[in-house]
Amino acid sequence: MSTEARKPPAQIALKIRRVLGGKAGWNGVAVQFAFAAILGWIGYEIVSNARANLENQHIAAGFGFLRNNAGFDVNQTLISYTGSDTFLRVFVVGLLNTLVVSVVGIFFATVIGFIVALCRLSPNWLLSRVGEIYVEIIRNLPLLFQILFWYLAVLAALPNPRQSISLLGLAFISNRGLVIPRPIGESGFEAFLAVLAFGIVASLALRIYARRALFQRGQMIRIWPYVLGLLFGLPLATMLVSGVPFTFEVPQLKGFNFAGGSRIIPEFVALTLALSTYTAAFIAEIVRAGILSVHRGQMEAGSSLGLSRGTTLRLIVVPQAMRVIVPPLTNQYLNLTKNSSLAVAIGYPDLVSVFAGTSLSQTGQAIEIIAMTMGVYLLISLLTSAIMSVYGWRVSRSLGA
Amino acid sequence: MSDITSSAYVRRDLLTERPAPVKTTGFIGLVRTRLFNSPTNILLTIVGALLLWFTIVPSVRFLMVDAVWTGKDRTACLTENAGFTVGACWPYIQAKLPQLIYGFYPEAERWRVNLSLILAAALLLPLLIPRLPAKGLNASLFFFAFPVVAFFLLHGGGITGFGLSWTAGLLQLFDDSIIGAGQALLSLGKTSAIAPLFWVAGNLIVLVGSAIYWLIFPLTWLRDQFQGTGQSVWADFAITAAIVSLIAFVLGGGVRTGGRALTSSIATFMAIAVVIKLMGLDHGGLPVVTTNLWGGLLVTLVVSVTGIVTSLPIGIALALGRRSTIPLIRIFSIAFIEFWRGVPLITVLFFATYMLPLFLPGNFTVDGLVRALIGISLFTGAYQAENVRGGLAAIPRGQGEAAAALGLSWWKTTSLIVLPQALRHVIPNLVNSFISLFKDTSLVSIVALFDLLGSLRASFSDPKWSTPSTAFTGFAFAGIIYFIFCFGMSRYSLFVEHRLNAHRRN
Repeated sequence: MSTEARKPPAQIALKIRRVLGGKAGWNGVAVQFAFAAILGWIGYEIVSNARANLENQHIAAGFGFLRNNAGFDVNQTLISYTGSDTFLRVFVVGLLNTLVVSVVGIFFATVIGFIVALCRLSPNWLLSRVGEIYVEIIRNLPLLFQILFWYLAVLAALPNPRQSISLLGLAFISNRGLVIPRPIGESGFEAFLAVLAFGIVASLALRIYARRALFQRGQMIRIWPYVLGLLFGLPLATMLVSGVPFTFEVPQLKGFNFAGGSRIIPEFVALTLALSTYTAAFIAEIVRAGILSVHRGQMEAGSSLGLSRGTTLRLIVVPQAMRVIVPPLTNQYLNLTKNSSLAVAIGYPDLVSVFAGTSLSQTGQAIEIIAMTMGVYLLISLLTSAIMSVYGWRVSRSLGA
Repeated sequence: MSDITSSAYVRRDLLTERPAPVKTTGFIGLVRTRLFNSPTNILLTIVGALLLWFTIVPSVRFLMVDAVWTGKDRTACLTENAGFTVGACWPYIQAKLPQLIYGFYPEAERWRVNLSLILAAALLLPLLIPRLPAKGLNASLFFFAFPVVAFFLLHGGGITGFGLSWTAGLLQLFDDSIIGAGQALLSLGKTSAIAPLFWVAGNLIVLVGSAIYWLIFPLTWLRDQFQGTGQSVWADFAITAAIVSLIAFVLGGGVRTGGRALTSSIATFMAIAVVIKLMGLDHGGLPVVTTNLWGGLLVTLVVSVTGIVTSLPIGIALALGRRSTIPLIRIFSIAFIEFWRGVPLITVLFFATYMLPLFLPGNFTVDGLVRALIGISLFTGAYQAENVRGGLAAIPRGQGEAAAALGLSWWKTTSLIVLPQALRHVIPNLVNSFISLFKDTSLVSIVALFDLLGSLRASFSDPKWSTPSTAFTGFAFAGIIYFIFCFGMSRYSLFVEHRLNAHRRN
């Protein structure tokens, strides 16, 4: 007489309970209902108060104001903009200004940060102390303090355009900003660009081909002479055939100001300086920690395999350090982008300054404008964190973990 | 003896002394091994020395050698009057010092600011020194008693009631709002397609509202009785003390073990009574100094201390919420944390300044400083939540499971077992957040509050002191203050980290 294996009891009720109320079961469900009621009540209070307040102030809610004329000027625009354009265009202008200062800031912050990190890691005692002093001073002063310092103290102390400081006679720094030569496209410009693009694409393809050959057939292909030829030789040859692609218009001092060249407003200079030096201190610490996190044995193992020092660094140490460096580095880039909103303190026309500042005071549409501004930053940071989680997933997969 | 002389070989003469090894320690050793050991290193040393030479020497010259130390106004700091290229203009700082520290706080009342600062230091320092005892009492004084005392010291003003009246007022406000919501639903029900649903929900809410009204009726009735008498504060105080002590006694375990809770409750209320009597809160208190007169370092410290005190509970609550298994609470916590962490602080301050007043009832105005404080607390709270979550994740599951096996409830497990360990783990991270909070307080100057940086910027526009070196002098002074605070905190966090990792050192 055999007994059938008993079926496990139905778990549906338990599972539902777990999904709805977590470990706390039906108590959890009750807590949720109470919490939802509180949230609903707060939401109701907010909506009803906001509606009453807006009615009192005679402000029409909604995004209709975006089609109205802005009526004020912006002193740095990447796209054409006049006072008679709409608030929507102001939004785009501010967003582009935020992005441009962030990108330039990120570039310089990375460069300075890596240099400072190398200084701090240097076996030279004096140089590592210099790096340490830089990091300690910069990290212990507020960013807004540094922005104002560059803007109100350093840039304001520069001479006026007539006595401006000349850099090789090409660029001029004065209290009115930085004037640099402006490239002007000539006849051969399109051909030059096309050839350059072709060179870049071909080099990338070559690299992929070489790596595949190395990993699949164990065949080393030396590609750098071809890449050099593609990236420099080919465009040079095109230049010889179709003429110079562009010339530089060098700024000239005429009267009290400069003619020609492009002028970079002092707000941009101060903001970029402050943002890049500030973030560089944090990047330096991240890079230093990343490189120190790679065990010494890795370097020794590399050299015992017969790899040269440079090859060991390139193929063994740096890839492992990058795994530690990249996530916090991205975080710093994000911080820099968010910190660029401090531009409002010195009047650089970024998103917060022209949209949440000037447009808000002109229209009074506080809810819509601040929601849009916050939404932009939120979108940027959520996108970045999404990309970073994909990266983290790929790294952990490549480690076989 | 003879054995030795007869053996094959014994050295008879002393060896010549070898030269001393190259020194690798001390200053000379450092110079030899870390500065001048190779051509590249010599080059790098020269580069480093040049960098230092071109930064430190001009700074010292500016701050000390070329500085002007005395003077009445800007003329003392002009090159043509001083006879040399003028560096720092210290008389300007002397003249502006009250403004940079107190803002426009009335001169006769500045002792109150000093007293608050001394109180804060006296409570904070013992909290930071690990060896000193009574951390629990000290922390509760700093986190609960001090903010209240400091508010009445700095802002002034008195109280017209106590716990009972406040509770009654708050509950009444809440109840009114609930009834209002129910009636709004009822009126909506007349026009909507799903009218019966609204009608039922509206009636239900109104019913709950009136039930609450009758539930809190004894409280409101008692309060109304006090309002007539002259001694409302003390009568209210006595009743609140009696009720709270009774509750503490009962919850503490009744006759068997409740004595301890009862004595601590009575002691607390005695202390509160002493404070009320000392500051004269029952009859008006100190003269009111409105927050638009506050400024300088005072605002910087008020904002940062309030941020520190309020962000920690918010952060702990959010971190626990994020780890909760109850779906709605977890989702809400994640959304809340990610939202505040995703936006820059300046937009949060704009939100608090321009958007928050729209969300509050029209007759309810919030002070500008308080608005900024709310924004900063929420913002920092989200960052603290992530720090605390790191600590919670570091506690082994076994701790919670052992507590559960002992029969402790979730609240007891969390507050007695998990949180104390988790918070100890993350003290360095919390302090690092406080450093960035302290630095971020400078942003309130953008929303028209005059903190240290804002006062400094305002002082630049004074024509009486406008010289070429004014801005540099001001930034040097403010920079030194910020640096001392932030550097001190970062060293402290390193010290704690070192202490916490003592068992891992070898």
